[in-house]
Formats: sequence, structure tokens, C-alpha cells
Amino acid sequence: MNKGKSIAEIHKDCVACGTCVKVCPRSALSVFKGVGVVVDREKCIGCGKCAKVCPAGVISIVGGASE
Amino acid sequence: MKKKWYDYLWLAELTYLCLGLFNILFAWLGMIFFVTPLVIAIFGGGKTYCNRFCGRGQLLGILGDKLKLSRKAVPPKFLRSKWFRYGFLAFFMTMFGLMIISTYKVFTGLPLRQAVTLLWVFKLPWQWADVSSVAPWVAQFAFGFFGVMLTSTVLGLLTMVLFRPRSWCVFCPMGTMTQGICQLKHGKEFKENGRKSEENRGTAENSGE
Repeated sequence: MNKGKSIAEIHKDCVACGTCVKVCPRSALSVFKGVGVVVDREKCIGCGKCAKVCPAGVISIVGGASE
Repeated sequence: MKKKWYDYLWLAELTYLCLGLFNILFAWLGMIFFVTPLVIAIFGGGKTYCNRFCGRGQLLGILGDKLKLSRKAVPPKFLRSKWFRYGFLAFFMTMFGLMIISTYKVFTGLPLRQAVTLLWVFKLPWQWADVSSVAPWVAQFAFGFFGVMLTSTVLGLLTMVLFRPRSWCVFCPMGTMTQGICQLKHGKEFKENGRKSEENRGTAENSGE
């Protein structure tokens, strides 16, 4: 059982379109110099809003109380 | 969040498509959408064009989210794979090259073909366009370029309906090209940043967070 904090994880296939950045309620995501998206682990609350809008489907929420 | 001026650039995209239907020569304005993202990426602005200024992306977002025209389904994995994205870019650039060649042929004396090619196959007759005011090659480029813009719009709309609103962004040739430039310039830095982030995660988990 993983009791760590839920957090957004970005797959390497991220296209850096920035769609997720706009919907993040905690401003935890940012596009790093046009290469990909990085997650600020302190700010991310794992709400999953980014995963829902990602056009490439490369964001997953990991951790939390899931097995 | 307060809207900024660039949040309305979808109007520019819509206006461009309408102007092209009204007068094919307006197709030339589309070069702005081609050149700007490359200039921004080359001069250190990353993918700011895709992230902020892309009117097409905004338009697809509005149609998919606000007008609820999108199924919002996760797109198939192959769409985001490198081979598909770079393959599509290569295909798109080849078609663009062929368009330049046909423009050159008209420049050297071949007759102008007044048609807009949609999805690389369907030739839409465009005889009603009045292009007598410009050189035939200028008009030929406009016909070819408007075909490119219409084709990508149709693909964008299709993928918007079938998958998520901005699915076109996943394999947009301009997006692939600008990301490629950014990867060449900052790829190493990005990897190091990711590694640092992983290390921080490990420290945080070890300290009981």
C-alpha cells in the first residue's frame, strides 16, 4: 500500500502543449523551456484536473492510498 | 482568471479562414502562423506560441469544451508516439515541398490551377476566385497554402470531436517542430531537472511526507 501523497506524473511522450498548465488550481505545473511539463511536487495536490484535459493522455495520478 | 489579449487569438484564426474563403490571396497571411512559432522557439521562447498564442488550439478548445462538441476520450497511444509525430511532420513537409514546386512551375510558365486540395486528395474547384491582380505564382501559392491550412483545420476538428479538444496539438507539425528545436537546445537541462525532481521526491518520502 502506497500511503504517499497523490501527485501528477508526466510520461516522457508529453508534447508540452501547456493545456494542463492552464487548468491546474495550484499552479503546480509549468512547461520547461518548451521541452516538457514539470510538476512542482510541493504544490501538486493530485486533484487530477490536468490528467482529464491532457490531449495526449500522458498524465497519471500516482501515489495516495492506492495499492 | 482575468483574460489577456492573447486569449482572443482564436478570433484571428476564425477571421483568417473566413478571409481565405472570401479572397484566396489572404491565404498568404497564414505564413504568420508558420513563421512565428519557429522564430519564438529558435530565439529562446520555447513553446510559448503553442502555450499562449495558438489561435487554432484556442478555437478547438472553445468548440470542444464550451460548445461540448468533443467526446473527450483519451486519444490512442500511437498519436503521441515519436514515430507518428515525426512521420506526420515529414509527410506534411513533403506535401509542403510539393506545393512549393508547383508554385515554382507556375512561376516558370505553367498555367495556374485554380483549385484548393483538401486532405491531399480532394480537389475543390475555386474558379470564382479573382486573382487577376497578382502574378500567377502568387495565386498558386495561395491556393496551395490555403489547402494546407484547411486540411489541418479539418484534421483538427475531426480529432477534436473524436478525442479531446486539443488533440490536434499532439501531432501538429508546428508543435513537433518547435518541441524538436527546444529539445535540441534544452533537452539535457530538462532531463537534469527531472532527475533533481526525482531526488527531491525520494528525500520527501524518506522524511515521512
